[in-house]
Amino acid sequence: MKIYLDYASTSPVDQKVFFAMKPYLNGQFFGNPSSFHLFGQEAKKAIDDSREKIADFFGCVPEEITFTGSATEANNTVIFGSVKPFTHLSLKPHLITTAFEHKSVFMPYKELESIGAEVTYLPTTKEGFVKVLDVKKALKKNTVLVSIMYANNEIGAIQPIAEIGKIIKSASQKQKSKIYFHTDAVQAVQYLDCNVKGLGVDFLTFSGHKIYGPKGIGGFYKRKGVPLFPLIYGGGQERNLRAGTENVSFIAGLGEAISQVAQNKQKIVQIRSLKQRLISGIIKVVPESKLNGVIKNYLPNIINFSFKGVEGEAIGLALSQQGIAVSTGSACEAQDLKPSRSLVALGLGPEDTHGSIRISIGKFTTEKEVDKFLKVFPIVIARLRKISGHKATKNRKLITYN
Amino acid sequence: MYSEKVIQHFTKPKNMGNIKNPDGIGRAGNPVCGDIMELFVKIKTDKKKDIIKDLKFQTLGCAAAISTSDVACEILKGKTVEQALKIKAKDIVKELGGLPPAKIHCSLLAIEALQAAIKNYQKKKENKK
Repeated sequence: MKIYLDYASTSPVDQKVFFAMKPYLNGQFFGNPSSFHLFGQEAKKAIDDSREKIADFFGCVPEEITFTGSATEANNTVIFGSVKPFTHLSLKPHLITTAFEHKSVFMPYKELESIGAEVTYLPTTKEGFVKVLDVKKALKKNTVLVSIMYANNEIGAIQPIAEIGKIIKSASQKQKSKIYFHTDAVQAVQYLDCNVKGLGVDFLTFSGHKIYGPKGIGGFYKRKGVPLFPLIYGGGQERNLRAGTENVSFIAGLGEAISQVAQNKQKIVQIRSLKQRLISGIIKVVPESKLNGVIKNYLPNIINFSFKGVEGEAIGLALSQQGIAVSTGSACEAQDLKPSRSLVALGLGPEDTHGSIRISIGKFTTEKEVDKFLKVFPIVIARLRKISGHKATKNRKLITYN
Repeated sequence: MYSEKVIQHFTKPKNMGNIKNPDGIGRAGNPVCGDIMELFVKIKTDKKKDIIKDLKFQTLGCAAAISTSDVACEILKGKTVEQALKIKAKDIVKELGGLPPAKIHCSLLAIEALQAAIKNYQKKKENKK
C-alpha cells in the first residue's frame, strides 16, 4: 500500500481536470489562441472560459487574471515587475516581506536587495503569525511593495492578510503614494476565502498543481490599473504581461481545478478531522514528539512535527521504504543544506529543525491511510532512535486543542 | 538519489550500538550541522601492533551519515591503528558506490570520529603507563 502524505508539495490531477484538459492535448482542439481563424478561436475560448472561472473564484474581473508557467514565475513577475519603476529613482525603494516566505518570493527579494533595494524581513511569533502591528511599524515613506504569504507551506499558519491589507491601504492614502500589497496564496486557495476585495490585495499568486490541477501552470491576480512590467517579452500575450503562446490545455485544467475547489468545500471538514487524528495519534504513539506551531488559524491539511534523537531526512527515507511519502524541514534534505526558514522563524533550534517532518493530507487521504501511518511511524522512529542511541523518555503530555 | 549500497547500510546497519568498556570513544559532528556520531572501538595489541578488533557506532543524522558510519566500521575492522588512520573519506564514499554531491561531507564524520577514538585510546594507554 502506497500512502501519499505530501499534498503540500503537489497533488494528483483530478479526473475532472484531466477530462477538461484532454481535448486540447489529443488533437481535437490544437489551434494557437492568437490565431483569428476558427482553430485559434476554439483554443481561445478555452482560455477565456478558464479565466472567467478563476476570476469568479477570486471575486474579480477576467482581465485581472494573468496566466504564467508556474506560481514561481507569477511571484517573480509580480515582485520584479512592480518594483522595476522605482529602481531608477534616487530614493531607494523599500520592500517588506516575512522571514518565512516561499523561496519564489524570498529569492527575488534577495536579488532586489543585492541591487540596492532596502528590505525588511518581518519576524513571526513563535506560533507562526506575522503581527499586523509589525507591518504597520515597518512601513516607510519609500515602501513600494509588501509581500506576505496567505498560508505558510511548511507549518500551515494562516496570516492576517485582510487586516494587513487595511493597514497598507490607509498608509497609502496617508502618504499619497501607493504601497502595493501582494500575497502568495498558493497553499491557501484550496482551503481559504480568497476574495481579493476582502483581502485588500493588489496582487495574488495561485498555482495549478497544489489544487489537483497540472504542474507547470500558475498565475496571478493584478488589480485593474496597477502598473506592472512583464518578465518575459515577446508576442504580447496575456495583455502584454506574459509573452509566449498560451499553454491551452493546462489553462483549461487550472480553470477546472479552481471550479472544483469551490464545489469541494465540504471535504474540508473531513480533512480537518484527519489532521486531528494524526496529531493526537502521533503524540500518543511517539514519545518526545512536538507539534510545531498551533492548531488555531492553521490550514486543515498541514502538520509539522519535531522528534528528538532522529533526523528528518532519515525519517523520510525510512518511511518511503515503507511506501509512505512525507517531507522534511531538515537541512539534510535541502539542496543548499540550510534548515527550513519557517521553522527557524518559529524559534526552533537546530536539533528540532533537523528532526522535523511535514505531513500534508488532501482530499484523497483516508482514515485507513492515517491509521496505517500511525502503525508504521513509531516503528520507524524507534529504529532510528536505536541507531542514534537516543533513549526516549515517557510520553509527553497530550496537547489540548484550541 | 542514493546508491543501493547506501540504502542497504541505512536499512540494516550491522555495526550500530555501543561496546561495553571500550578502549576508545570518539565523537564527531555537531547539532548545528545535524549529524552527530559516536564511535566505540575495541583494540588489541598483538606483536606490538594495535589492531582494531571491533567497532560500534551511534549516529544521529541523515541516511548518508548513518550509512557512512556503518560502512566505515566494516572497512576499519581488523585494521591496525596505523592502517586505519590512513583511510580517507573518499575511500568510504567509494565503498558505498558514491554519494550525492551535497552529501559527500557526511563521509568526514566517520573519519573524524575514528581519529577522536584513537586519540582517546592512546591517551588511556598513556595514563595506564
